[in-house]
Amino acid sequence: MGPETGRRTGFGKWEGQGVSRREFLRTCAIAAAAVGLPGWTVAEIAEAAAAGGRPPVVWLHFQECTGCSETLLRASHPAVSELILDLVSLDYHETLFAAAGKQAEEALNAAIQKNKGKYICVIEGAIPTRDNGIYCKIAGRTATDLVTDIGLKAGAIIAIGSCAAWGGIPSAAPNPTGATGVPQFLKNANNAPYLKEKAIVALPGCPPNPYTFLGTVLQYATYGTLPALDSLGRPAFAYARTIHEDCPRRPHFDAGRFAERFGDEGHRHGYCLYKTGCKGPRTHAPCSLQHFGEVVGAWPVGIGHPCFGCTEQSLAFRVPLHTTVEIDRPTPPDTYPPIHADHGGVSVAAVGVAGLTVGALIGAGAVAAKKLGASKGEGKQEKDKEAK
Amino acid sequence: MSPTRRSVLKGIASAATLAATGAPEALAGPLPKKTPPPDAVGLLYDATRCIGCQACVVKCKEANGLPPDSGTPRGAMYDAPDDLNSKTKNIIKLYKGEDGRTSFMKAQCMHCVDPACASVCMISALYKGPRGIVAYDPGKCVGCRYCQTACPFNVPKYEWNTAFPKIVKCELCRHLVEKGGVPACVAACPREAVIFGGLETLRADAKGRLAREPGKYYPKVYGDTDGGGTQVLYLSVAGIPFDKLGLPDLGTESGAALSEHLTHAVYQGFIAPIALYAVLGFAVWRSWRRQGLGKGGQE
Repeated sequence: MGPETGRRTGFGKWEGQGVSRREFLRTCAIAAAAVGLPGWTVAEIAEAAAAGGRPPVVWLHFQECTGCSETLLRASHPAVSELILDLVSLDYHETLFAAAGKQAEEALNAAIQKNKGKYICVIEGAIPTRDNGIYCKIAGRTATDLVTDIGLKAGAIIAIGSCAAWGGIPSAAPNPTGATGVPQFLKNANNAPYLKEKAIVALPGCPPNPYTFLGTVLQYATYGTLPALDSLGRPAFAYARTIHEDCPRRPHFDAGRFAERFGDEGHRHGYCLYKTGCKGPRTHAPCSLQHFGEVVGAWPVGIGHPCFGCTEQSLAFRVPLHTTVEIDRPTPPDTYPPIHADHGGVSVAAVGVAGLTVGALIGAGAVAAKKLGASKGEGKQEKDKEAK
Repeated sequence: MSPTRRSVLKGIASAATLAATGAPEALAGPLPKKTPPPDAVGLLYDATRCIGCQACVVKCKEANGLPPDSGTPRGAMYDAPDDLNSKTKNIIKLYKGEDGRTSFMKAQCMHCVDPACASVCMISALYKGPRGIVAYDPGKCVGCRYCQTACPFNVPKYEWNTAFPKIVKCELCRHLVEKGGVPACVAACPREAVIFGGLETLRADAKGRLAREPGKYYPKVYGDTDGGGTQVLYLSVAGIPFDKLGLPDLGTESGAALSEHLTHAVYQGFIAPIALYAVLGFAVWRSWRRQGLGKGGQE
């Protein structure tokens, strides 16, 4: 445990601050493992953190319930305390701050001035835009003003939660405050023309999985890069697949075994919840692989409730909870068509309609033919004879 | 004697017969046999290896941009085609025998050596393309659907639900094969139940499997000579003949060869049409002369 070792792992700076080297490396290793970074990154995370390169984080709250912060508090690999003390420098967070009022505002302004262009701006909550944004104000400034100002000066923007990612509950109909998501607001050239090229990471979910956030932040803290994003700005490592694709109940779906209603035999046996309105087939999120609150099985489908589709703008708070949805990428069922498929015969009704049509045509033809004969005079003479 | 209806029909029939038999030597010989090109490619499907996972069905749709078919009675939540159709170029079916025996069956275009669909296609929208792949050119197709009725395997399907319908059938993923790839179904198969390769290599492979494990297989390679030969070869489970899997007994001659042969013989030298029109012309001329129509009319 000489100074050499300390230098190699970047620990030297932390010695004598009540943090043991073992604990520090453990935190880094847990952080790397939890978010799926390979083992060799542990040393790099430690180095980046110890070298004082902890990225400053400014966390803004707008129209939200703080559920996203709450779920982050319940992560333990690494715990949020380890995250905010060892790995990032949380310079401003309204609900975790000890300071308040003037002190808090000073801290915010100092952090922005000091780390301009380098800090991570995490935004939790939707932005109300109606009536010049007066429905959400902090220290006398509207959310639209704050997000444009502080977001512009950030190195990276992370919109955490469905509210920040696309509007969430505040944007649900009738949306009285004109709530909108951060990417939608900032990508609108009228609001922030300079942000067109800046990557905004969206982490939708109600709440999103804390490890998706931790993984994104740790990658930025260690390498200064952001993970690969999909067309909606979501990290592909967490949002590329649907819940349905990795669902532990998927074999039941493939075999056609469904819970038809809550409490029935299929429901008690843990069958697929599709018919009770599960939105898993259209919902892009890692829930089926990474559960919540550090408890295995703690996620909606795990406790027997259909997925609500909280990450999807087209589903959550729009499609009723128990309405079934179309499958995003349907695959064949666990049953097979026969060699010679029965394509169905002609129905009795169709035969009847066809028969009537043909009959009417024949009748009309016969009548027309008779009239043709009559116009030549033959029919008329015959009729005259009969009349006489 | 005025020509009766009966006598005229008799005349036409005898003229046609005369014309048909006018080229007896052409009909007597053996049917012309087509051979696959030397670089022909194909598939070998081994039903004993298939586990029915349907990965090939999924990947075929992905590779060919086909939509899911959830409109069948088997449920709207699956991609559940019950047969090849305008949204399905490849399908896994299940044979269930009365004796309880089962076998999977992969259905797609057989890529015949002498394809009936291409033979009947009046403008070669379906044609025998490079490496023997039976390809489709939607720009030429007029939608007559002759190919549908001609195909002995019931493969070409018609887009009944679109305003400008096309024929849909497996083209052996030629867009992938052209770039040196393999068909999507082959790439997807986790058990190598369907493999892709040169036709002769596949043929030798299939016969080798039969020779090595005769108890395991039905003793025949379907497609070796059936219907004039196909570029997709099949091996079936012992005790399950191919007609149970929906592969009909076609003999060794191709239907296209026979029909082309007959038509070409009838029209050889254009004798039959000339003879037919000569007889008709004679009948008309006689009828006119009898009724005096040629000399100023009767009324």
